[in-house]
Amino acid sequence: MEPLKIGNKELGSRLFIGTGKYSTNSIIPNIIKESEAQVVTVAVRRVDTSNPKENILNVIPSTCTLLPNTSGARNAEEAIRIARLAKAAGCGSWIKIEVISDNKYLLPNNNETIKATDVLAKEGFQVFPYMNPDLYDAKRLVDAGAAAVMPLGAPIGTNKGLKTEEMIRILIEEIKAPIIVDAGIGRPSHAAKAMEMGAAAVLVNTAIASSHDPIRMGSAFKHAVKAGREAYYAGLGSINTMGEASSPLTGFLDGRSE
Amino acid sequence: MNFYDVYQSYKTLDFDAFFQKITDSEILEAINKDNKDIWDFLRLLSPKAEAFLEPMAKKAHDLTIQHFGKTITLYTPIYISNYCDNICLYCGYSKENKIMRKQLSLEEIEQEAKEIHKTGLRHILVLTGESRRKASFNYIVASLNILKKYFNSISIEIYALKQEEYTTLANMGIRGVTLYQETYNELRYDALHVEGPKKNYQFRLETPERVCMSGMEELNIGVLLGLSNFRKDTFFTALHGKYLQDKYIDVEVGFSVPRIRPCAGSTLTFNEITDKNIVQAILAYRLYMPRCGINISTRENAMMRNHLIPLGVTKMSAGVCTEVGGHALTVKSESQFSISDTRTVQEMMKAIRKQGYDSVLKDWSLV
Repeated sequence: MEPLKIGNKELGSRLFIGTGKYSTNSIIPNIIKESEAQVVTVAVRRVDTSNPKENILNVIPSTCTLLPNTSGARNAEEAIRIARLAKAAGCGSWIKIEVISDNKYLLPNNNETIKATDVLAKEGFQVFPYMNPDLYDAKRLVDAGAAAVMPLGAPIGTNKGLKTEEMIRILIEEIKAPIIVDAGIGRPSHAAKAMEMGAAAVLVNTAIASSHDPIRMGSAFKHAVKAGREAYYAGLGSINTMGEASSPLTGFLDGRSE
Repeated sequence: MNFYDVYQSYKTLDFDAFFQKITDSEILEAINKDNKDIWDFLRLLSPKAEAFLEPMAKKAHDLTIQHFGKTITLYTPIYISNYCDNICLYCGYSKENKIMRKQLSLEEIEQEAKEIHKTGLRHILVLTGESRRKASFNYIVASLNILKKYFNSISIEIYALKQEEYTTLANMGIRGVTLYQETYNELRYDALHVEGPKKNYQFRLETPERVCMSGMEELNIGVLLGLSNFRKDTFFTALHGKYLQDKYIDVEVGFSVPRIRPCAGSTLTFNEITDKNIVQAILAYRLYMPRCGINISTRENAMMRNHLIPLGVTKMSAGVCTEVGGHALTVKSESQFSISDTRTVQEMMKAIRKQGYDSVLKDWSLV
C-alpha cells in the first residue's frame, strides 16, 4: 500500500482510531498494536497532565501521531482555545476540529468549524476538520488551510455506516485534500466500502470500543481498510443489473463470431 | 409557551386510567421502537412494565455503551454554606432546624479544594443552602473563582438564580447546574415549602429554562423521590427534560434520581421508594432519551450503586461529605442528609473497575 501523505507526515496505515469509551485505557496499546494504527485521536478534555496515573496520553505509544480533538467545543472560539490548550500540553501540532452544538444528534456545525480552521491553520496547526459532508463547505475548509477533510458517514456513535455515501463520493471526486471518513463507521465492511470509494483513510472509535473483543475488532478493521484500499487501486468492476453473456450478441460486428 | 403552561396541560392527566389500559405488547413496542414519545415513556414507567425490567435493562445497557462507552464520570460535592432562609420539611438545612451553621471563608474553600484535588478528582459540584444574606451571589462568584484554579469541570447546586446571574457564571466557565423541582405536584410543593424564597413553585419550575438560555453546557434535573407520587413526578421530570432538550439542543440535559434520606429535624412521612422504582426510572429515562446523563449520588448504598453501574448511569459521586468543610476542616457543620455510600474515590474507582468500567476523573477543560 502506498503511504498516505498527510499534514507533515507520511503514514503506512490508513486506519485512524479513537481512545474514548473503553472499559480500561490499559487495553489501548494492544489495540494500537493489532490495528497497526499510526494516528490516534484523543479528546483534549480527557487529558490530565496533573495526574500521571490517570492521564490518557501515557497509554499512547510515542511512535503514534497524536490527533487531539476539540470535543466539547460548541463554537469556533472554544475549539480554538481547546486546540491551543492541546499544543501547550505537548500534543503536537495536529488538531481535529469538532464543533458540536447539538446534543441530540451530535452533528458538527460546519460554519463554526470553518472559522476555527481558518484561525488555527494560520497559527501553524495541521487542521483536520470533522464536518457534515457538503461540497461548498469542504471547499471552504480547504481554502482555509485544512490538511484533510473529515466528513461523517452517519452521526457519531450510531454505527449506521455510510449513510452520506453520495455526498462523500462527491467530496472524494472534487476535493483535492485527503478525505477521511469519520463517524458512523460501525463495521469493517463499512470501512472497506469507504476505502473502495477512494477515501484516503477512515477514523473508527465506537465500533472498536463497544465490541466484545476490541483488540480483535481493531485487527478486523486493519484488514478491511487494507482490502478496501487494494480494491480501490485494482479498480472495481462495474455493476450490472443483468448477466453479461461471454459471447456478446454484437460480437459478429468485430468479426468475433461466425 | 414555557414549561408552566406545558405542566398545566398535563396536570389533570388520569394516570391510573392510562396505566389500566396498557397492554404487554404496547410495553414491548415501547421498549423496541426508535423514537419514543412521552406516552411510550409512561408505558415504560407503568406498574405493568415492572415485569419487563430485564429486557428494558438490556436495551438501556446497550444504548449507554453505544453513546458513552463503559465509562463512569466521577465527581464530588463541596458544600460551602448551609445557611438557609427556607423552611422545607424534607431538608436538614431548613431554617428552623437548630443545627450548626457554617459558611466557608475563601481561604477555607481553597483548603477544601486542595484536599479534593489530591484525590485525583477534577469535577466538582458546589452546593449551598438558600440564603442570599449569607451566601450572596458575589460570594458564590468569589468561591467559584478559587475553585477554577483546581478543577476542570465545575457545576453548581445552589439556590435558583436570575438569568443574568446564570449568564455571568456561564461566561466564567461554570459548566452546569443541578436543580431539582423536588416535586411537580404544585399543591404538595406548597405544603412542603412552608416559608422562604423557594416557596414560589413557578419561579422554581422555570429556573431550568433560564439555565438553558444562559449558555450553560449542562443541566441536571430531578425530583426528590418519596415526596410525592413516584410515577407522576418521574413522568413530569421526563416531560420537562424532553421539553428543554428539544428547545435547547445545545444543552446536555441529564437526570438524577435522588431518593429521600433521613435528615435532621424532619418528621415528615413520605412515600416508600423501592429499589425497583429507582431502577425503573433510570431505565425509562435511558430508553426515552438515549443521550441523557444519569447521575447517582451517595443517597444510594454501595451495593445498589454497584448494581446500577451497567444500567445506564453515566455519573457518580465519590468521596462524599455532605457537611460544610467536610473534606479538610476539623470543625464541620452538620450534614444536609446522611449518605449511604461512604467509599473513598480510590475505593469507588476499584468498584467501578470490578464491574468492567473505567472511571473518568477528567472529561472537561475549562477554556
